[in-house]
Amino acid sequence: MEATMKPRVATVWLGGCSGCHMSFLDMDEKLIDLADKIELVYSPIADVKEFPRDVDVTLVEGAVTNVENEDFAHRIRRNSRCVISFGDCATTGNVTAMRNRFSTDEIMHRAYVELADGDPTIPSEFVTIAKLRDQARPLHEFIKVDAFLHGCPPTADEIWFTINELLQGRMPVLPNAYLRYG
Amino acid sequence: MAIVTLTINDEHLSGNDSDSILTIARQHKIHIPTLCHLDGLSEVGACRLCLVEVEGSSKLTPACSTKPVEGMVLHTNTDRLQRYRRMIIELLASEGNHQCAVCVVNNHCELQNLSYEMNLQYVRFPYLYPKKELDASHKDFIIDRNRCILCTRCVRVCHEVEGAHVWDIAHRGIRCEIVSGLDDPWGDSEACTACGKCVLVCPVGALIEKGATVAEMEKKRDFLRYIVTARQKREWIDIHEEG
Repeated sequence: MEATMKPRVATVWLGGCSGCHMSFLDMDEKLIDLADKIELVYSPIADVKEFPRDVDVTLVEGAVTNVENEDFAHRIRRNSRCVISFGDCATTGNVTAMRNRFSTDEIMHRAYVELADGDPTIPSEFVTIAKLRDQARPLHEFIKVDAFLHGCPPTADEIWFTINELLQGRMPVLPNAYLRYG
Repeated sequence: MAIVTLTINDEHLSGNDSDSILTIARQHKIHIPTLCHLDGLSEVGACRLCLVEVEGSSKLTPACSTKPVEGMVLHTNTDRLQRYRRMIIELLASEGNHQCAVCVVNNHCELQNLSYEMNLQYVRFPYLYPKKELDASHKDFIIDRNRCILCTRCVRVCHEVEGAHVWDIAHRGIRCEIVSGLDDPWGDSEACTACGKCVLVCPVGALIEKGATVAEMEKKRDFLRYIVTARQKREWIDIHEEG
């Protein structure tokens, strides 16, 4: 099979801890199988700058926590045939959403003043960092999501199962044992 | 007490007319999900998970707090009931802050288990992320109102079994919350005996022991059965009266 015929898969890291991607890497030797079966067109573990067009499947880790995430979510939806909420932060907001009880001013002050090693400065121009939304919220509140992969993080087996189902042209219906929060 | 015959899910059964529909269903191994119900406590019918359909009635009926009537025909697991039960769990999830991943009772939680039973893939309602308070003023325990689902098991066990009545419900509607005394810090309560019954009956991670960490706390609720049995046999009361 030619490389261009392989399903085009992307993984995206929004407002999360990257634990879901760590779990993805936990597939260990199965990653080698996977590399033969898919073309990884965008991912935090691949050096691709722009989210491409014409993606078959995108796994999205993390909640929508800043304005950039929100724009990105819409771009992902436009360019992907299938979008999967990848883990609890994308599905419920989870730990990322625990900051919702505080104002963004309080959060910025905590991060850039109280916890600063030196030269405490709150960024006023959002060039290097994106502006926080008022609240971190789950992905499906912004775009249509086709399936949900639960857990904090989902296990390597669950990720493998989901991707395999998708590769075989099936929308993954996770066995009940895989439905778990936390 | 009289025996009545009734039909549940096309199965002909009999039971005592003094028992609830829930009790009779369970005697016949028919599963009805519950959350606020706990054997040994009074019924409040608050969570609405045990709603069943009664033929001839357009209203849904809570099985925990409804007595059977001769010839009653019931359905416990119709599409409509499954839809409503899922909606109840979704509303409970959206009205609190239930971050399972960092909860002390993760993997031992009745709300979590019910979400699996209802095959809850995601919550359709917008999450409210309410600002709820946590009170760690008690020497042994913590109440985290972010996790509370207002089942009132703690209120009932403290009043009915321990006899201390530390807990009650304050406010109305979406602002409802469990308070100690007259909304005082739990640690200031003179009524609290620190017996821990409220912590053990709490179905979620709202009432927890100090020092427990994520997924560490598994609550044992069997103690209630022994207390209730002893009380029915008047074991304690007789001793007290003789004294």
